[in-house]
Amino acid sequence: MNAVYILWLRQLKRYGRSRSRMAASLAQPLLFLFALGFGFGPIFQKAGHGNYIQFIAPGVIGMTVLFNSMFSGIELIWDRQFGFLKETLVAPVSRLSVMIGRTLGGATTALIQGVIVMAVCTLAGFRVQNPSLLPVALLFMALIATTFTALGTGIASLLSDFQGFQLVMNLLVMPAFFLSGALFPLGEAPAPIRLIASMDPLSFGVDGLRTALIGVAHFGIPTDLGVLAMFTALFLGVGGYLFSRIQL
Amino acid sequence: MIWASELIKNFGAISAVQGISFEVPKGEIFAFLGPNGAGKTTTIKMLTTLLKPSSGRVELDGLDPATQPQEARKRFGIVFQDSSTDDLLTAYENMEFHGVLYKVPKRIRAGRIEELFKLFGLWDRRDHQVQYFSGGMRRRLEIARGLLHTPKILFLDEPTLGLDPQTRNQLWSQVKRLNETEAVTVFLTTHYMEEAERVAHRIAIMDQGRIVAQGSAAELKQQTGTDSLETAFLALTGTSIREEEGGSIDRMRRMAKLFRR
Repeated sequence: MNAVYILWLRQLKRYGRSRSRMAASLAQPLLFLFALGFGFGPIFQKAGHGNYIQFIAPGVIGMTVLFNSMFSGIELIWDRQFGFLKETLVAPVSRLSVMIGRTLGGATTALIQGVIVMAVCTLAGFRVQNPSLLPVALLFMALIATTFTALGTGIASLLSDFQGFQLVMNLLVMPAFFLSGALFPLGEAPAPIRLIASMDPLSFGVDGLRTALIGVAHFGIPTDLGVLAMFTALFLGVGGYLFSRIQL
Repeated sequence: MIWASELIKNFGAISAVQGISFEVPKGEIFAFLGPNGAGKTTTIKMLTTLLKPSSGRVELDGLDPATQPQEARKRFGIVFQDSSTDDLLTAYENMEFHGVLYKVPKRIRAGRIEELFKLFGLWDRRDHQVQYFSGGMRRRLEIARGLLHTPKILFLDEPTLGLDPQTRNQLWSQVKRLNETEAVTVFLTTHYMEEAERVAHRIAIMDQGRIVAQGSAAELKQQTGTDSLETAFLALTGTSIREEEGGSIDRMRRMAKLFRR
């Protein structure tokens, strides 16, 4: 338990000390919020769906959490390259607790980034419909964060350097984001897109966020919560297994 | 305490360790000498659960690191050849982290860290992030950290690489003290013959994945008919300089330098 805590704490300290990373990882979601939010806003309005900033903000928050948690997981490659991973792998604690500590730490930083972006969205005109549902939104953010940090950690366990990283970004993270319904309503999307979205953990995360924040649902909170929690457990299990098999 | 039999490790077509056997009894200081690429670090990795052998058996205090890694890890401590500290943490935080992972009780942890930091001249810099440390200070931190808990077996993989004579001296007197007072078994690798001769009870000379000779320094000299360990070493391993391949880590380090803050 102490091991999990100290690993969690380490991730948080590292996050607090890399300001440039913090700033850089805010730039992208804000670009999406402003360019797409204001750019497509009038068209969205004309199509009768209301305020696009309202609609896209939960998607942008979900995206922030997705990118940051994936990155936190992938950060394992840095630790491998700079040697710190060895220190944790020879320590007399189970590899599973090392993995859980890292993952929870990475997920916490991604959650913090998500909260910051939510605050910025509010500045851009986003309004939470029912503030009493904010804890539900935070729960969804935490689940998205844990799911993708675990996935990133699992993938990074298989990679020894950053050569495969671009592949992961292009084939996994980008599709997970664009096909999740973060940017458009899934309800009216063509069937193939809906099908893919229904296999994407982020779809359920974003839908849960959107339901909690603005009261617009596609799958509905019980489905969102159930499916996302299943993905979280699955990726923690697989990630933990792959991590425990790392050889240096 | 450490026992290896017919240990083999292949990486694809390359055979890094080609069937070595040795035994280190409890309380002994055992040195592995060998040119670059001889397989010393690979051997240490197999002993410390970081790598699984391709074949052969290892026992640490009667435990097989391949099948009982977690129990085996409770038995040893290690100072790695290359950096294994967290750059963004302070020196003190790195020590704390280690102390928690190795379950050094809180009430003795702080005192022990202070003692080691003063010994290795890091006390004044304890609250600085490791990224601002020089190479020598990083090494001292690694060594201080390796001595924070008292394991049954201490692995030292080229611990004195890049250290000044003062620190080297401190290190070896600490290691000897641990060995004498706590009967810690020490397994070390080094390139410095005089060091091996000074601290090690027994020495194994490794070359191209095999152990070519083992015994005390005196025995090795006698065996080769030479008068210094250095000439004995050269007699056993030849004078040609070894090729060593740069792995992905070296490539990555170079790349990382380009992106450094």
